[in-house]
Amino acid sequence: MKTDIILAGVGGQGILSIAATLGAAALNENLHLKQAETHGMSQRGGAVVSHLRIADFPIWSDLIPFGSADLILSVEPMESLRYLPYLSSSGSLVTNTTEFKNITNYPKLEKTFQLLSSKLKIIKIDADKIAHEVGNPRASNMVMLGAASSFIDIDDEIILKGIETIFKSKGDKIVKLNIAAFEAGREFSSIQKK
Amino acid sequence: MQRNLFLGVEAIGQAAIDAGISGVYAYPGTPSTEITEYIQNSKTAKAKNIHRAWSANEKTAMESALGMSYAGKRTMTCMKHVGLNVAADVFMNAAITGINGGMVVTVADDPSQHSSQNEQDSRFYGKFAMIPVMEPSNQQEAYNMTYEAFEFSEKTGLPVMLRITTRLAHSRSGVIQKQMIDENQLKLPENLMQFMLLPAFGRQYYQNLLDKQDWLLTLSEESKFNKYFEGKDKSLGIVCCGIAFNYLMENYSDGNCPYPIVKINQYPAPEKWIKKLENECDELLVIEEGYPLIEELLTDYFGKGKKVCGRLSGALPRKGELNPDHVAKALGKDNSVTIEIPGLIANRPPSLCAGCGHQETYFALNKVLEEFGDGRVFSDIGCYTLGALPPYNTINTCVDMGASITMAKGAADAGLAPVFAVIGDSTFTHSGITGLLDCVNENTNINILIVDNETVAMTGGQDSSAKGKIENICEGVGVQPEHIRLYVPLKKNHDQIIQIINDEIQFEGVSVIIGRRECVQRLSKIKKMNK
Ligand SMILES: Cc1ncc(C[n+]2csc(CCOP(=O)(O)OP(=O)(O)O)c2C)c(N)n1
Ligand code: SF4
Repeated sequence: MKTDIILAGVGGQGILSIAATLGAAALNENLHLKQAETHGMSQRGGAVVSHLRIADFPIWSDLIPFGSADLILSVEPMESLRYLPYLSSSGSLVTNTTEFKNITNYPKLEKTFQLLSSKLKIIKIDADKIAHEVGNPRASNMVMLGAASSFIDIDDEIILKGIETIFKSKGDKIVKLNIAAFEAGREFSSIQKK
Repeated sequence: MQRNLFLGVEAIGQAAIDAGISGVYAYPGTPSTEITEYIQNSKTAKAKNIHRAWSANEKTAMESALGMSYAGKRTMTCMKHVGLNVAADVFMNAAITGINGGMVVTVADDPSQHSSQNEQDSRFYGKFAMIPVMEPSNQQEAYNMTYEAFEFSEKTGLPVMLRITTRLAHSRSGVIQKQMIDENQLKLPENLMQFMLLPAFGRQYYQNLLDKQDWLLTLSEESKFNKYFEGKDKSLGIVCCGIAFNYLMENYSDGNCPYPIVKINQYPAPEKWIKKLENECDELLVIEEGYPLIEELLTDYFGKGKKVCGRLSGALPRKGELNPDHVAKALGKDNSVTIEIPGLIANRPPSLCAGCGHQETYFALNKVLEEFGDGRVFSDIGCYTLGALPPYNTINTCVDMGASITMAKGAADAGLAPVFAVIGDSTFTHSGITGLLDCVNENTNINILIVDNETVAMTGGQDSSAKGKIENICEGVGVQPEHIRLYVPLKKNHDQIIQIINDEIQFEGVSVIIGRRECVQRLSKIKKMNK
């Protein structure tokens, strides 16, 4: 078993909470894991990416080679496209639709996504809206994780345990809200795929 | 065995605690910062009262570490690569004095300059100082090598450099810990003149260092951290340094590389293994993260030896961080990309946060500059360096910490007027004070803006050494009190800030204008912590 995931977003959007959840899940399962993060300058509103690799055998590189990621999971639509060379030909792309416009030349992305959808499995999800509906606007990242969960080779139950591990210290209510967010994302994605 | 998910930097911090350090001394700098932060947040470190407060700069940090070593205790000093330039004086001389308690100098290099002014390779410093260098290739090795480096330092009597790069620093993996070692007892050096580098002593100690070199080489050749892997296909022999080994192995899914490999994790480079490789193989490929240090060593000046490939030969990129794809290419593997990045993707340069006080300083300064023209604002390193980019385009220089004041001084000496220096509070206490003294002593016509956000913001909001003392420091250095001015960088004060700057331009001498308002990120971080 091996899952290579590119997590993408803009500095400050908190993609690392997704990574931490999957990390906790992998550790609980005694799986091997490597997770490269972006710290430093780019965290001031620049593009940030995390290479997350999980496998049941030892992993060498902290970086995913081109053409071998199983999933691009992005909390921002333009950022989901920045790392396409990493995606394998059978890989999938799951992205939030809320644009983060901190630049003046933000492009129109619709056509690009249309073109790509003939080549790739793409799921676009308004995670912010769904998180709001679930009653936890700050859990949009868990909505994203839920939407992507079917492309990750780890059982949902194990990921849910990861969510518990990560949010435990913030109390039961927060754990429940994040689990609800995860489930709402998963639900959205399963309807989309049909 | 319990595994902890550790960043490379966290593994190093934990290993230092477990190896029984009595103090860490550091100044923040990406990608080294979180080593010290990890120790600062560690309950064990707190319980043992391990020294862990930030130092004013890398030089003061390393000197304090050397002092702790003098007193017989184990200590680590951490910095980013350019920080070692600041500490280079004590670093080079500590190799000559040697150590008493084990001392590890952890230096984090930043190939590809993710957050740095350059991508210099600290292994050259290690070689220059003639001390052992350890370069782990993964998080567990980072833990193990750090853990053992203190003992190795005591065994060889020398400081040991631990060299990492950004990727290992900021990547997580499962790490198994070892048993905690007790701290050393306080114990003065046997020779009380060991740290006395008067030439008569220094000559002798330098000779001692030279005499150790053969032994260090033998230790490298016998080190369990350096390995020779046999391979059937002798058409190529591969030398891998540090993390480069992973990028090589990633290209062989079963972990079976057909070529013989020398894996280097400890320097001086293990000559015996490299010679064996050269003897057995037709050609050599050197894969190293950083400058081509080993490749240069192996490349025959007169071109008579076997072919050596790497960054110099063009087989690998001459600069920047390596990855599995670069190595695939060097191995002649096809790794063409199937999906390109769409051309319309825009760059997203980092920018100042909404509500950041630095913006107001730049908007006001831009207004003032309209009268005098651009090209006269010398600046420095920190969040405020983003004032070089639109929409501000205010500042013209960023070279090394503290250079704003001194470069502005040089330009003022050359006749440029008015000149401005823009420097952050932490940069000022790191390296600005001495430059200010030069200005005061010569009554330089200079306007220094100290943008005091009461933290080291660029590296994530650490405590600044300024601690609200900037006015006192400036006055103590000799700036006239009436030319130490204060403002609060808020939009509503725009006109007032302009007025203050214009007033001080009129004054021919040293003016210090301090804009003080706490960094908004730091504020929210503190709020979160207090929740
Ligand atoms: C010699 C050296 N040490 C450390 C760094 C890393 N570094 C870059 S900016 C900075 C501090 C900036 O703090 P401050 O001057 O207060 O400005 P702020 O970021 O808070 O605006 C540090 C530590 C460096 N570039 N060079
Ligand atoms: S982190 Fe602080 S100093 Fe840096 S840009 Fe943001 S508000 Fe400004």
